[in-house]
Amino acid sequence: MKRFLGFVKKEFLHIFRDFRTMIIIFLIPAAEILLFGYIVTTDLKNAPVSFLDLSRDEITRELSDKICSSGFFIRSQDLMNYNDIDKELRKNKIKAVIVFEKEFGRRLVSEGKAVMNIIADGSEPNMASLVTNYIAAITADYNGTLLKAKGPGNILVQPEVRMFYNPSLKGHYMFVPGVITIILTLVCALMTSITITREKELGTMEVLLVSPLKPVQIIVGKVLPYFILSVADAVLILLLSWAVFSLPVKGSIIFLLAEMMLYILLSLSIGIMISTIAKNMQQAIFMTLVGMLLPVILLSGFIFPLENMPKVYDWFSAIFPPRYFIVVIKNIMIKGTGFMYVWKETLILMLFTAAAIVVSIRNFRIRLE
Amino acid sequence: MRTIIYLIRKEFIQIFRDKFIGKAIFAVPIVQMLVLVPAVTFEIKNVRLCVIDRDMTTESRGLINQLEGSPFFKVKFSTFSEQEANDLLYRDKCDLVLHIPSGFGKETGKGGSGRILVSVNAINAVNAQLSWAYLMGVLRDYNLNIIAENAGARAINSIPQIEVRNRYWYNEMLNYKHYMLPGILGILILAIGFILAGLNLVREKEKGTIEQINVTPVRKYQFITAKMVPFLIIGLVDLAIGLIIGKLTFNIPFEGSIALLFMCSAIFMIGLLGVALWLSTLSGTQQQYMFSAFLFIIIFILMSGVFTPADSMPLWAQKINLINPAAYIMRINRMIMLKGSTFSDISRDIYALIIIATAFTLLAVNRYRKTA
Repeated sequence: MKRFLGFVKKEFLHIFRDFRTMIIIFLIPAAEILLFGYIVTTDLKNAPVSFLDLSRDEITRELSDKICSSGFFIRSQDLMNYNDIDKELRKNKIKAVIVFEKEFGRRLVSEGKAVMNIIADGSEPNMASLVTNYIAAITADYNGTLLKAKGPGNILVQPEVRMFYNPSLKGHYMFVPGVITIILTLVCALMTSITITREKELGTMEVLLVSPLKPVQIIVGKVLPYFILSVADAVLILLLSWAVFSLPVKGSIIFLLAEMMLYILLSLSIGIMISTIAKNMQQAIFMTLVGMLLPVILLSGFIFPLENMPKVYDWFSAIFPPRYFIVVIKNIMIKGTGFMYVWKETLILMLFTAAAIVVSIRNFRIRLE
Repeated sequence: MRTIIYLIRKEFIQIFRDKFIGKAIFAVPIVQMLVLVPAVTFEIKNVRLCVIDRDMTTESRGLINQLEGSPFFKVKFSTFSEQEANDLLYRDKCDLVLHIPSGFGKETGKGGSGRILVSVNAINAVNAQLSWAYLMGVLRDYNLNIIAENAGARAINSIPQIEVRNRYWYNEMLNYKHYMLPGILGILILAIGFILAGLNLVREKEKGTIEQINVTPVRKYQFITAKMVPFLIIGLVDLAIGLIIGKLTFNIPFEGSIALLFMCSAIFMIGLLGVALWLSTLSGTQQQYMFSAFLFIIIFILMSGVFTPADSMPLWAQKINLINPAAYIMRINRMIMLKGSTFSDISRDIYALIIIATAFTLLAVNRYRKTA
């Protein structure tokens, strides 16, 4: 036991000696939280649009003012003819062009129907559908005022909406769990995989191997300091999201921390597993960062919802631990559910952890090649 | 010049001597592209509905049928208990609860306004907004039908209506694969170049082999160039492979000039490698470099506008983006590939990229010290 404690102490010294790395480990979650909180947003805001107004009458002016005063759009330079549309869209200056047909106002009054065309830049599909939906909604609203002017009796099905769990439609509820998942997966796996391959690469592994320490002790001794560091990281994220966005943890904090510790353990074990395969740091880093960065961001479903993906990915992401973890933390943090709702995911995470530990211990070579 | 070529040869030998890395730099982007590009979409299919129909009239059933008929909605549950519906929402079994109170049919039948209650699971704000917008679309149609029934076909013509038609240029069907492929390709090249080039230099420092170069007459700029060129070439080869795969498997359009795309990517890579090498001259160990690089990569990617629109960011953030090479290349890739933008359309972005690339490379050359 004393031997083991000595080894753990050595690991701590390794960590604290490299002060800069430690600072960065805490800087990464802070930067991500701030990025998502203040910078990255999927909302539509101030999207530049142009008008091609072939009619230039009172109604088109009224409607275009209504569109531009909504806060979602900024009026870019008006276009003069159809050829300008392609030119402006190709320069990426505007997101959409709204075309009013000739004699728009006159037709609306005399024929009761006028056509407005929205030409949106489909090279950004999400932007394009948001822009057209919003403009269509604003126009429908305008139609409603025309309708009312015609007399009552035409008010129709009125939906009343309640947005559950996230009444003000904040993005925070999606990304805080997402950031926690990314950080805990990648930083943990990187830390342990680097620390072991580093010993291999610098030749100090040999010293450890000839010492009376057992492989299990080496692995546990490597994991323990990083485990503590990662838990501190996780707590930092929770504190930041609480301080910056006043995002509360609805469920039990202790339960949440317990789940986080389980997941940290899993990620650290994955790092160990990688280090038993990788021969040097470069390989370990390549496997963890290049191999896992994009899949973790994209398949954990925090920017792109999993339910929108093709069915195959349901099967595919089943072997992907972050998918379960994100369900667990979302449930605990936002819905405030208890263990009964997430026991299945927890069990799966435990199985993953056990498997990763068993594989790493079995793969851990006590001989140099 | 000959010195540089020898140094470059040395780097190539070193990179490909590691069998794993030699294969992985080409295999990883291919696999990730094939797997990730089809997965990434904001498109909503199958919003799972739970219906509480307390009304049970022709009108309420008509509304449900209309929802069921639209491609976005699927009625998964039908219940009379509000509690059960909320529980389904709570357990994530359905996304949206539609509550039609009794009296709905009577009201709409009389031409009055029928109230319905909609509860949306809004944890995912984007999805909630989109499914809400789809629901409103279906309701608009339903409303028009009622007007027509109540007032007769004649009357509807007398109500002035603006008809909105929309078209999506450059990507008629709003195919997300066409949108994501250029972006994901950009990220993969960014990650590979950034990680490998920087690690390479720090590794020489950590192992001490950099001393062997430092004592030779190799100039600073020659050394940095030799560290840069191999990864520039690897990045461009990865780009070419990615484009071929994109064409073959996802049939993604290529409207613009291939030469222009490669030229922009090369400038982008130089800028990126400049940042990577500068960062690695500041780091002492591979571990240090790795975590700093991770921080940079995350900021570069998330701010680049590859997943979320860069135009919606606050203005001060857009100013910061002016020195983010990734923001330029994401935009340029999509503009050239999907819209066929020409040099004159993107000239400002290209000049900016050139300035960034030069600045960071000079910074790296300047920071690299031959003395210990």
